[in-house]
Amino acid sequence: MEDTVQERIQGIIDSNDVVLFMKGTKHFPQCGFSATVVEVLRRSGSEFQDVNVLEDPAIRQGIKEFANWPTIPQLYVRGKFVGGCDIIREMYEKGELDAVLSAKEG
Amino acid sequence: MVEAEDLEERIRQGVGDVSHIVVNDLTGTKDHWEALIVSEAFSGKSPIEQHQMVYAALGELMAGPVHALALKTYSPESWAKQEG
Repeated sequence: MEDTVQERIQGIIDSNDVVLFMKGTKHFPQCGFSATVVEVLRRSGSEFQDVNVLEDPAIRQGIKEFANWPTIPQLYVRGKFVGGCDIIREMYEKGELDAVLSAKEG
Repeated sequence: MVEAEDLEERIRQGVGDVSHIVVNDLTGTKDHWEALIVSEAFSGKSPIEQHQMVYAALGELMAGPVHALALKTYSPESWAKQEG
């Protein structure tokens, strides 16, 4: 059962270049930390897939184990865990986020 | 609910080599926190690894009593730059 959740998460991450696991949706974030990351991604002009963990308790719990990271939001770019709210915001402020988001595969 | 002193102690014990730490209760409800931590143990670690070390130190507290934790982590060198 647990494997299934981890596989589902892996599937979501594999099939989207930029994925944000968050509380609420990109149009209606339901947590200040999630809202901050959405805003930063918007300003970076990045397209991203949002996954609302509030609608899926299994993913909400599973994603914490997936990255050994106990909090949400979590941002994944091309299969790699980039960070939570504080790290994303810091990368944005330092001008490092665009490079991570825009680097094309290869 | 937890107390700031408990969080500070857990982080000091779990992370180790902490030279500076500030823990703030953001909402006065003892469940939304921010912490600034300077530790030699963070040297050479990525931000993700640094935050994982703090989460590991807090263990089960992250699964309930601590609803939110804003983290700023620094090695002594990066902290000196920040201050300068």
